[in-house]
Parts: sequence; C-alpha cells; structure tokens
Amino acid sequence: MTPDCSIQIENATVSFGKRHALDGVSLEVQRGDFVGVIGPNGAGKTTLLTLLNGLARLESGRVAVLGLDPYNGSGRGVRKRVGYMPQTPRIDPRVPLNVREAVMAGLSGRLGLLRRPGRADLAAVDHALESVGAAHLSQRPLGKLSGGEYQKVALARVLAQRPEVFLFDEPTAAIDPRAQLDLLQLIQQVHAECGATSLYVTHNIRLQDGHAALPDCCGRLVMMRHGRIWRDGPRDELAAEPLLRELYDCCSESAPLYESQRQAGSF
Amino acid sequence: MDWLEHQFMQNAIAAGFFAGVACSVAGVFVVTMHLSFLGVCIAHAALAGALMGEWLHFSPVLGAMAFSVGAAAVVGPLADRGELGPDSAIGIVFSLMLGLGLLFLGLIPGSRTEALNLFWGSLLTVTRADVTLLAMTAAVLVSLVILFFKEIQAVLCHRQVAVAVGIPAAAIFYGMLTATGVTVAVSLRSVGGLLIFSLIISPAAAAFQLTYSLKRMFIISAALGVLACWAGLAASYLWDLRTGACIAIASSVMFALASAVSPKRRLLAGTREG
Repeated sequence: MTPDCSIQIENATVSFGKRHALDGVSLEVQRGDFVGVIGPNGAGKTTLLTLLNGLARLESGRVAVLGLDPYNGSGRGVRKRVGYMPQTPRIDPRVPLNVREAVMAGLSGRLGLLRRPGRADLAAVDHALESVGAAHLSQRPLGKLSGGEYQKVALARVLAQRPEVFLFDEPTAAIDPRAQLDLLQLIQQVHAECGATSLYVTHNIRLQDGHAALPDCCGRLVMMRHGRIWRDGPRDELAAEPLLRELYDCCSESAPLYESQRQAGSF
Repeated sequence: MDWLEHQFMQNAIAAGFFAGVACSVAGVFVVTMHLSFLGVCIAHAALAGALMGEWLHFSPVLGAMAFSVGAAAVVGPLADRGELGPDSAIGIVFSLMLGLGLLFLGLIPGSRTEALNLFWGSLLTVTRADVTLLAMTAAVLVSLVILFFKEIQAVLCHRQVAVAVGIPAAAIFYGMLTATGVTVAVSLRSVGGLLIFSLIISPAAAAFQLTYSLKRMFIISAALGVLACWAGLAASYLWDLRTGACIAIASSVMFALASAVSPKRRLLAGTREG
C-alpha cells in the first residue's frame, strides 16, 4: 500500500448465507479522491462501505484502510478515523436525545472511554453544526427533525468526528429534491475543505429533477453489479447513457434512463 | 412519627430508596432500547435462580444473580445475531425461566414459606445486610452510568452510529444487560420476583414520557422509583397490604399520570395525523 493510498481492497468476498454480497472485489482509492459507487439495488454497494469500516463479515481477501486492517484487530481504530453516514434510519420520534448530543456522538469514539468532552470538543460540535447550517437546531430533539434536517445533522456528526475517510451511503435517498441539492452542495463543500477521501454510494445517477445525483467533485465512478465491480473509471467516460442502461438492465432505447429507473421502481 | 423509630421501618425506608434508584436506573436501559420485556424475562430468571437456591440450600441472592446475569448473557447475543428477533429470543428465555422456576418450586420440600416470600418480597423484613447490599448495588450502578454516560447515551439512542464511530457498543450493551440482571437479583428479596419488573419498567417508562433528555430521564426515573417504593411502603404499613403489590400499583399510577401530561403523546398523535 503506497502512502498516497487511503483504501486498498484485494479480492474481498463477503457472503450472507449462500449468497455472495461481494464476490472477489478489488479496489484502490488514493488519498483525497472522491469516488462515486453506483449500481442497482442488491449490487453490493452498502456492503462495500461496511467492508471498509470493518462491519462486514469478510470471508476471504484483504482490506486496508489508512494502512490499518479492520479485520485484524484494528476495527475500532479504523472506525474512529472513518466517518460513516448511513441511509436515513427510522428514528423513534420520542428518543431522549437532542441534535447537539447526537453530533457529539461523532466525537465519542475518538475521545475514548472515561474521557469527557472538553471545551475544544464542544466548540468542534458547534462548528460542525454551523458548517451544515444547522446551528439553530442544536437544542431540538432528534426525533422532531424533518428528513433533510436529519441528514444535515448526520453530516455534522460525521464532520465532528474529523475523519480521514468519508463513507456516504445514499444520503439523499429519502429526502425532497430541494434538500437533496442542498445536501449535495454541503458534501462537496465538506470534501473540498477536509481534503479527505470520500466514497459516495447511490443507486440513482440523477435526482428526480434531472440534476446529477453525485457532487461535481466526484471524478471517478465505480459501477457494481451482482456483488462485483463491473466498470471502474473516469466519471465523464462511464456516465454515458448506453453503459448506464446496461448497468441497470434497462432495455428500452426510447425512454431516457431516469424514466426507465422510475418505472423499474428504483426511485 | 413513632413508626419511624422502629429499626425494621428504617431498614425498609433505606431499602426502598436504594431499590428504587437501582431498579429505575436499570429500567432506563431496557425502556429506551424498547426491550421492556427483557426486564420481565430477567426478573423471572432471578426468581428461578433464587428458588433453586432455596431448593439446594444455598444463598437465593447468589442463585438469582447467576440466573439473571446468565439470562442477560444468553438473550443479548441471541437478539443481536439477528437470526431471531429480540422479542422471540427474550420470549424463549422467559418461558424457559418460568418453567425452571415452577420446577424448582415443586422440588422444594416442606412448607415453602421462604420460597413463596420470594414471589411477593417484603421491604418490611429486610435486614441491615440487605440494605447494605442494595446501597452498594445502587452506588455502583449510578457510578457506572456517570462514568460511561456518553457511551451509554450513544448505544441507547443510536446504536448503529455508536458502532460506526468506534464505540465498543456490544460491550456497553452487554454491560447494561448484566447490570440489569445484578440489580434485579439484589432487589428480589425486597420487592419480590413477580412485581420487580413493575419497578424496573414503570418509573423509567414514565420518565421517558416526560423528557427528551437522557440525563433528565435517569434523574426523573430514579426519583419516581424511590417515590413508588416509599408510597407502596406507606400504604403497606398503614393498611396491612402486600408491599410489593403496593409498589407495583404506585409505580403504575405514576406512569398513567405521566402519560396523561406527556408532551410526546401529542407528538405521536401529530405523527399519525400527519
């Protein structure tokens, strides 16, 4: 693994029962790169992200993140340095947790057991909330947020963690078009400011209003099908209609891909 | 206030305080994780263990502790593995513990008075040693909550995030289950095996209705737990009623009152309408 390489996966296989969620996947990502991972449902995109923070059941192969092997005693060490933003979870609206406390959770792993957050940590939480434009929500109960607000707070939590690698798992999936655009801009801004390595999973190449579903800073696309990397290359080359049509098994030449995806229930 | 001069009453008031704090703090764990039935399961495991102690002539507290901690140790991984849902895992262990409890009760020779006392419990017959044990349990539990508050908060409210940021979420989760098991075992003689889950669940469930802050929820739950114990104790002394039953009724009344004034009740109604 070269010093410039943040992520290295060699021939990784992950199975759920008899089904391979990932089947011999190899991938290298350089420090500071923004990589989009696209593919239909069940292609193994989310499993690829959980493989990187040590939460998948690696059957065979090798994984190195920031020079550490999350499957050889460094799982928690890796997770402290990797910011994972999962798909919008279902939150109990009565949960006894406010926004500021939820963002503080991002710091808890790095702080370690028995250490209380100091002034600098609290300031980092406030700064993270300001960065995503959610400072006014800091005292609001987490369960009282809208979908878009919740994702902004989730991004603030990941920011507060000060990670070296960001893993975004369909962050715009369950929010309205305006909030989707806002969030994409924020993610782009965060990536530019932090200089971290980012992997961004989405199963849509376009938003419902036709805008790109990946931030402009995403220069590389990884296309996944059936647990394998099907194509990997520059975004400009791969984001072409025929390839996308093939990726999503859309046969109709007449209908644009967005329409075909919607008809197939991808949205 | 002559009744306060009796040694047994002083013991009962102190035991009520410490049992109220310990049980209702443990209750916050199971209520916030929506695993209230786990409290019921652990209480029955403790009862089965104590009955085994009575049958084989060793300390019922030790038997209760072994069984309740054992039940927590089995239920946690079973529920976590995902092959069974938490409800099924808890239900299976619960029915096993109920069966074992009845089996051990049947095997105890003689009048079984001591064994039957374990079902109902009585704050009025606790000894100084019981109070000391309860005080130590409450002190250790509260200290652990203070020391590991940020990890407990993350695991209780947002376990997926807790795992993702590198918190040892599984260890914290199993630690909370074990603490619940120990608390139930130690409080068994005072409150009774059949009614202790009321003291575990009702004050915490009432506190859950009243606040959006976990810190406040712990404090309100502990206060309501103590209040339920003392109210039950007073009713039991004044009207010669079963102490455990009075505590259960007092804590249920508190839950009903908290639900009636809960800001979250309106929130849920709004969600359904929306």
